[in-house]
Amino acid sequence: MTTAAHPVAGRRLTANHLGIAVLLTAAYGVIPFAGSDYLLDAVLTPFLALALAALGLNLLTGYAGQVSLGSAAFLAVGAYAAYNFNLRVHELPFLVSLVAAGRVAAAVGVGFGLPSLRLRGFYLAVSTLAAQFFVQWALTKFGWFSNDSPSGVIDAPPLAVAGITFSGAVGRYLFSLTVVVISTLLAIRLLRSQVGRNFIALRDNETAAKVIGVPLLRTKLLAFGVSSFIVGIAGVLWAFAYLRTVEPAGFNLDRSFGILFIIIIGGLASIRGAVLGAAFMVVFPLLLSRLGAALLGDIFNSGVLEMSQRIVIGALIIGLLIAEPRGLIALVDRLAEPILRRFSRPLSRSTQS
Amino acid sequence: MFDYQFFIEVLVGGLLSGVMYSLVAIGFVLIYKTSGVLNFAQGAMLLFAALTFVSLVERGVPFWLALSATLVIMVVLGITVERTVLRPLVNQSPMTLFMATLGLSYIIEGAAQLLWGTQVHGLDLGIDDVPFEVGGVLISQFDLFAAAIAGTLVTTFALFFRYTRTGLAFRAVADDQFAALAVGLRLPRVWAAVWTAAGIVALVAGLLWGARLGVQFSLSLVVLKALPVLVLGGFDSVAGAIVGGLLIGAIEKLAEVYVGPLFGGGIVAWAAYVVALGFLLVRPSGLFGQKLVERV
Repeated sequence: MTTAAHPVAGRRLTANHLGIAVLLTAAYGVIPFAGSDYLLDAVLTPFLALALAALGLNLLTGYAGQVSLGSAAFLAVGAYAAYNFNLRVHELPFLVSLVAAGRVAAAVGVGFGLPSLRLRGFYLAVSTLAAQFFVQWALTKFGWFSNDSPSGVIDAPPLAVAGITFSGAVGRYLFSLTVVVISTLLAIRLLRSQVGRNFIALRDNETAAKVIGVPLLRTKLLAFGVSSFIVGIAGVLWAFAYLRTVEPAGFNLDRSFGILFIIIIGGLASIRGAVLGAAFMVVFPLLLSRLGAALLGDIFNSGVLEMSQRIVIGALIIGLLIAEPRGLIALVDRLAEPILRRFSRPLSRSTQS
Repeated sequence: MFDYQFFIEVLVGGLLSGVMYSLVAIGFVLIYKTSGVLNFAQGAMLLFAALTFVSLVERGVPFWLALSATLVIMVVLGITVERTVLRPLVNQSPMTLFMATLGLSYIIEGAAQLLWGTQVHGLDLGIDDVPFEVGGVLISQFDLFAAAIAGTLVTTFALFFRYTRTGLAFRAVADDQFAALAVGLRLPRVWAAVWTAAGIVALVAGLLWGARLGVQFSLSLVVLKALPVLVLGGFDSVAGAIVGGLLIGAIEKLAEVYVGPLFGGGIVAWAAYVVALGFLLVRPSGLFGQKLVERV
């Protein structure tokens, strides 16, 4: 992962800011009114949860260079922690259990990140698998985590913040959207600080980073902690806003790989890449099933769909790694550059004068 | 009173199942040694080989013909992988290559099941899985057979590496890629050969595991059993893969029997990982792995 990070944009108003403003206006002002329940519930809410999870993993893998194959474990920790805070602490505001769940995930993440102090590369990647298996096992084995429900299934509590209950497709969507926007802003803030630069130094050359005085121990554990915190919160969204009934088996290795694939496809070390990758991973299976059904008819059943999905995603990953290691977002940027240049010039000039 | 006979029975059972782990791990080591790629697709290759073989046999193809056909297919697969995945990604970071093999494993798994279907196939290699008794300890005949096959395979590879020109090229590339290039070895050819060799290992391991578990999707998950073995033995050592496999097999069985009840059982899923991790903290490059030299 030797891709250079994007140079941090200055504080000028650029076409990027304009684009984000348009997107946010649409996300808050148009979609809740225009989108159907199906679009909100089955496409946008899971997209938001996955985008946040991918953002969290991207901090760890894309920016700090520590590959993790156990993201689903931290999704699960977040979801089950929030469930238990909500269940066991009487009248705890949901926002508090959300943040507390993130903290629990962060603590577990730091715990499983400890080996990173001595291990690198593949050895570390393998050790993150331990988190994957251990967490899934613990949640299934010990009934306490799921309040003794059979096979660890939990049902989501209502999403209530300051007396407002976010129910219905629109409510859950807006709740997820707000959580994702705030977390993303915080992540951007972090990446532009010294910590973010330390992450990148650690990724690009660990020994050199150590030599110039980057505190490796702190930086690594911080990367694991922050990443797991965000993934944990994404887990709460995934479990409570999207699925609403989850079991530990849902947070399996395939889910972990799915999140890793999002950032490879979308773009490593890019926040927009994580978002784009998540959008792709949600929309692509839907498109493929429509397309397959239209072209092949009945032969294209769910089994065939799943297999062809695997093949296409696998091929796409290899293709992108060969042709554009910075992911789809780099492709989009390159295509959009000539158009954006035309727009950004007058804008930046007006703010400079 | 501690039941020694039972202990030995568990230990022997563990060691023998460890042989099966080693078998998978050797495929990894071959590729890692020569190209520095941790090939996550090894499990998918194993599934693909076993599924192809079983499907051919079920369609009435005689045993040996099916075996040779599968062998040819694995060779073609190895060469294709070198052409389409490794060659364009030459000189990329190990992590990039690892991710590429993740993608590759998805492609192979998807293709295998799209081609041959997702149902479970039984695989009968003609060896009865009847336990017999040696000095009061029950030993599975099938496990012994698997151990013998693994032993033969390892010996063949050892002789091959020692006495053939291709083997020499393998070792040269494993030792120093640049030096190997400088003396005129053709890396792409060596890589194609090594992926073919890994394909053959995958076929053997796939047949043995398939006979044990049935040929189905979960077969590709034995890769997850092999990873702690690699961590323990070191990614680049065949001897490490064997010793690591035996250790992990034994520890896993013993832990399940003696420690498992404390946690309410089912610890097989992660016991091996915890052991491997604990070990890594003491020796970060495994039992037989090469020491890393840090340079700026």
